[in-house]
Amino acid sequence: MWRDAVLVAGKDLRVEVRSRVGINQVIPFAVLVLIVFAFALDSDRATLAAVGPGLFWVTVLFSGLLAIQRSFVIESDDDARDALRLSGLDGGGIFLGKAAAVAAQLVLLEVVLALGVIVLYGVQLRGAAMLLLTCVAATVGLAAAGTVYGVIAAGLRVRDTLLPLLVLPVLAPVLLAAARACEAALAGTPAEGWPWVRMLTVFATIYVTFGVVAFGPLLEEA
Amino acid sequence: MATAVRLRSAVSLLGRFPALAGVDLDVAAGEIVLVQGANGAGKTTLLRACAGLVPFTAGEAEILGQDMRKSRKAVRRRIGLLGHASFLYDDLTVADNLTFSAKAAGADAASAEEAMARLGLGGRLRDVPAGRLSAGQRRRVAVAAVVARSPELWLLDEPHAGLDAAGRDLLDGIVREAAAGGSTVLLASHEPDRAAALASRTVTMAGGQVAGGLLPEALAGLTEAPPRRGAGAGAPAGKASIVA
Repeated sequence: MWRDAVLVAGKDLRVEVRSRVGINQVIPFAVLVLIVFAFALDSDRATLAAVGPGLFWVTVLFSGLLAIQRSFVIESDDDARDALRLSGLDGGGIFLGKAAAVAAQLVLLEVVLALGVIVLYGVQLRGAAMLLLTCVAATVGLAAAGTVYGVIAAGLRVRDTLLPLLVLPVLAPVLLAAARACEAALAGTPAEGWPWVRMLTVFATIYVTFGVVAFGPLLEEA
Repeated sequence: MATAVRLRSAVSLLGRFPALAGVDLDVAAGEIVLVQGANGAGKTTLLRACAGLVPFTAGEAEILGQDMRKSRKAVRRRIGLLGHASFLYDDLTVADNLTFSAKAAGADAASAEEAMARLGLGGRLRDVPAGRLSAGQRRRVAVAAVVARSPELWLLDEPHAGLDAAGRDLLDGIVREAAAGGSTVLLASHEPDRAAALASRTVTMAGGQVAGGLLPEALAGLTEAPPRRGAGAGAPAGKASIVA
């Protein structure tokens, strides 16, 4: 399973590097969203700093959806999904590989957006350990749940519009918990943040486990 | 002689439509069998079902000794399918596509290199993204992907489509060589002359059923065995004829 995961993750990341969709489209879109939020809410930096964590994760969520969709669009073109099924690769391995590739793109996105939040919103970084753990758990959760719902929508003609409808309600707890944990870390009150980090960890664990078990059968039906 | 494909009254539904409506077919190991038929006869579904991409919903279906109604995944690495699509990632180079395909099927990168050389995809072409290839070049890459897997069962759907004369000759040579090496080939084609010259036997599909699908040994067994309940008068007449 691990060998298959590495193979699939390497392939997906190579596709993204070659296509430059992430660099040329997803990241600029994410930065634009941050800027639009800044215009829409207030030019007062104190307000922006206060709502910064929430805006950061909303932007990660919306931009991450593009990465998740891309992950399955590349399998739909030229019926590559059939080749994936024919390959005999382990379903759990394919899931882990695709989720890992999405997670890697999310990490890059989060680094860029973190810089954007610091520069544009004037957010002061504090509680680095909690911020890091929050990002890791939320990223794994987003990638795992997104990959599960991505394969569910993959075989449908309406997949492009259906995926956000399926995923956004499911990922709402991640958005909420990640924003609250980051707010607690930035406010210097980590005790208030740990329950949210635990919730993120549980969410990620559930979806990684579910994905490893269910992705193969879901891919067969897609 | 071992049987690579054994189907008995095999049914496969596409939605509610029986794309395969009781197929009887035997293909012995090492045979090259041509499946002929009009558009919509069920040729593509037959190949996709044999590849495990479409489930058999009734009847018996044994591919390379594996009961496909119990598990479709077990034999997939032993099968190579050349379908209507090329199964390529447009942003990956020819070499990347073939290396991934070979490794995913359990082969190594060297087999991908050999397949590229065999299909004339070395040199400048190997580093060209698949999205920039012509239709004929994509077809060659798709053939190379099958070659790199060294499958025991080759399922070729319109294999000559898109290939130039040299590519067609090359493909025919590869198929003959594979069969001589013990691999089994089931191919569907609308080019009867070329494909029939390649095949050792021809069967015809119509309405989701195969005429002439059973080998003489199986037919002899059928005549010696007591008649099955419900079989006989209602069985499709074409099933008993061999189109050699």
